[in-house]
Amino acid sequence: MTSTVAQASRPIPDLRYKPTRSRNIIGIALTSVAGLFSLVAVLPLFLVLSYVLYKGASKLSLDLFLLEQPAPGLEVGGISNAIQGSIIVTLIASLLAIPIGIGGGVFLAEYSRNGWFANFIRFGTNVLSGVPSIIAGVFIYSAIVSTRILFGHAYSAVAGGMALAVLMLPTVIKTTDEGLKLVSDDLRRAALGVGASRFVTTIRITLPKASRSIATGIVLSIARAAGETAPLIFTALYSPWWAEGIFNPVGSLSVLIFKFATMPYEVQNELAWAASFVLVAFILALNLVARWINTFTSR
Amino acid sequence: MTVSATTATPTTGEEICLSLENVSISYGGEEAVRNVYCAIPRGQVTAFIGPSGCGKSTVLRALNRMNDLIDNCTLSGRVVFDGADLYHPGVDPVEVRRRIGMVFQQPNPFPKSIFENIAFGARINGYTGDMDELVERSLRQAAVWDECKDKLNESGCSLSGGQQQRLCIARTIAIQPEVILMDEPCSALDPISTLKIEETMHELKKTFTIVIVTHNMQQAVRVSDRTAFFNAEAQEGGSGKVGYLVEFNETDKIFNAPTQQATYDYVSGRFG
Amino acid sequence: MPIDPNDLYRLRRRPPSEKQLDTGFHWLTVLTASTVAIVLVLILAIVFHGSLESMGLYGWRFLVTSNWNPVDDEYGALTAIYGTMVTSLVSLLIAVPLGVGTAIFITERFIPRPLREIIGLMVELLAAIPSVVLGLWAIFVLEPALRPFLTWLHVTLKDIPLFSTQPLGPGMTPAILVLVVMILPIITAISRDSLNQVPIRLRQAAYGVGSTQWSAILHVILPASISGIVGGVMLALGRAMGETMAVTMIIGNSNNFSWSLLAPGNTIAAMLANQFGEADGSQVSSLMYAAFVLILLTLVVNILAQLLVKRLSLKY
Repeated sequence: MTSTVAQASRPIPDLRYKPTRSRNIIGIALTSVAGLFSLVAVLPLFLVLSYVLYKGASKLSLDLFLLEQPAPGLEVGGISNAIQGSIIVTLIASLLAIPIGIGGGVFLAEYSRNGWFANFIRFGTNVLSGVPSIIAGVFIYSAIVSTRILFGHAYSAVAGGMALAVLMLPTVIKTTDEGLKLVSDDLRRAALGVGASRFVTTIRITLPKASRSIATGIVLSIARAAGETAPLIFTALYSPWWAEGIFNPVGSLSVLIFKFATMPYEVQNELAWAASFVLVAFILALNLVARWINTFTSR
Repeated sequence: MTVSATTATPTTGEEICLSLENVSISYGGEEAVRNVYCAIPRGQVTAFIGPSGCGKSTVLRALNRMNDLIDNCTLSGRVVFDGADLYHPGVDPVEVRRRIGMVFQQPNPFPKSIFENIAFGARINGYTGDMDELVERSLRQAAVWDECKDKLNESGCSLSGGQQQRLCIARTIAIQPEVILMDEPCSALDPISTLKIEETMHELKKTFTIVIVTHNMQQAVRVSDRTAFFNAEAQEGGSGKVGYLVEFNETDKIFNAPTQQATYDYVSGRFG
Repeated sequence: MPIDPNDLYRLRRRPPSEKQLDTGFHWLTVLTASTVAIVLVLILAIVFHGSLESMGLYGWRFLVTSNWNPVDDEYGALTAIYGTMVTSLVSLLIAVPLGVGTAIFITERFIPRPLREIIGLMVELLAAIPSVVLGLWAIFVLEPALRPFLTWLHVTLKDIPLFSTQPLGPGMTPAILVLVVMILPIITAISRDSLNQVPIRLRQAAYGVGSTQWSAILHVILPASISGIVGGVMLALGRAMGETMAVTMIIGNSNNFSWSLLAPGNTIAAMLANQFGEADGSQVSSLMYAAFVLILLTLVVNILAQLLVKRLSLKY
């Protein structure tokens, strides 16, 4: 091949996009299908949110937040008992699951990355996160409620909180574990190198460094717990009145929705929508907070 | 191969394969390379050299529209390939890449068998001939046949780094492009593998036009016929550096008689 | 300059309290980590113990008979087991193409990045909607809207057992659709992560040999990310089998066995939610037995998901 010799000028290559080529037709078809699927995937969010907004927002009033649920046969009432109960139960669950979960995560990430026990716990965490939420309810019912182990009380806000904590625990452990693993080992070595103990290194250096990603995970797990219903049905049970302490049954928004949705009365149905609106607004707000914390991290 | 041209611009006897006409490339509004004019002759090896960050790889990727894979990467000016503007709105980048193949910095075989690594590209390019023959011929051309012939069904990832890179070259040859772009193909390899790939390139330039980015000046001297030296300079008022083409000439000239001071400083090792 | 040896000593020595704190903290983390194992073992032990009576009474028959009669104290969980399997598998069948398709659409540069991120965000927010709210929506919106179509399905296909009954309200099909909505975000999110983790050099390799976007996706990117996607699908299956509230509210809670997808049915989780609080006698034990079956099912699926991910990721 003698390239320096001028040749008859080459034909200009045809690089145009040819829509009738079979590969391009297939491409357009597949792209349309994928686009259609994405549309179908986001559609439920719009349908559900718009309906909750439409049915729920119109019921918003001060009474809704201040009054207990209407007595049978009456029309006047709110959902304050359920709001209060939801807050109590979620708070108890957080108080249990967050310290235990962070402790477990610290163990996995700081003390034993690849020991058999750590791997076993990691495996157990994954398994526990796959346990159906209703099973958490069955477990707490059998272990706490039916045995009346809590000072002779059966159904209680504490039992409900424990059931939710079982569901939160794996999430908190995982986010802590993963958050701490993202902290560079150099930082850890630096702290240990100046003579800090493991305890000080963890508490003062690595946990604060990972705090934002851990916080993101925790806020999301709280949001999740706040919307759970199944574990509460036979642990916290339900109460149509304001709570009488944490060792008695309490209401919750999610159980209220469940109960009122299946009643044949208009008043109750409407309150179920109102409660849905409050619950969804709260959970979406928490999700946005989590997202905000997360973007805060990346800066 | 008889190279007779000696002037900076190709003589009329030389055929231009790719020509960049006032090409500027930006990432998200930040200019990376500015005002490049460069005519790459057919059937030769052209090397792009320059300090890191001078945009030589960016320019190389612009030659087969690989930059399309990067979000908000934009190009102004024209890249003309045998008279066709590669960035004309009606152009199908897939057609471009089938004529202008590419070998990357990191060996990147598909996680498939060695045979499939070669056959995949050929098949999607509509090759209907004897696949066994094509695989063997491509692997031979890339000088990796002897190491692969007994394990064509093993994963391409089971080869050593140097063998992987030659497999990637074979894969590119198999689609029978007119031009092969190489983006620092030896930077991740050991010296022996590097030598083998350089030998391969001498064979390949009989059939293909080759453009290679390298930051190893020795390599540029050994393999290329022409060399383009890129440099980067800090932008007035801007934050980053902007790359530009300093000098483009026969390799001999660039290394022995550069016309620009910056080129002289770079090839004599004063900076870079 | 002479150094007082006592000073050196003081510098090196850690106060015993600090050492104790360190050890104490270590053991505290071990203890908290063990909570996971303890809870898991307790769950298995309690549910297994609770189901012993029913296992003794009904044995394997429990799994293959569908007679659920608290009055005669006769229990068989076939209806609920069939319902659990059918609703979760059919919902998976629908959600996998939707979820993977969406994930591809929002990772592979078909549309501008901000638009992709918005779709991703919306799918994630869908996961945040509590299942009880989805149940409420299914009762009042989805099921009534669906009924004409299901009636048409019944009229056209009534010779097939799966469509042999007339849709009369709550039933398996609306439950399946709600499950699709619930597991779609899981599949989409995990598929999206797996696709994003495919190294850029593999993408470049595909495009570098002249692949079209879809041949790169189908022949290179999807195969490279399949392990994560399969893992996500298995996790979604586990979630679908255990999902309780939305299903309970819309499936009809019928203990009469029917092959038909248009008939009311039951799942183990729904049965537990409905009956556990008010059950007594061998009904409690039978519910525990059913719960044990559910735990085993989800356990197997979840462990399989983890193993599968490990095995497939070794390949590449």
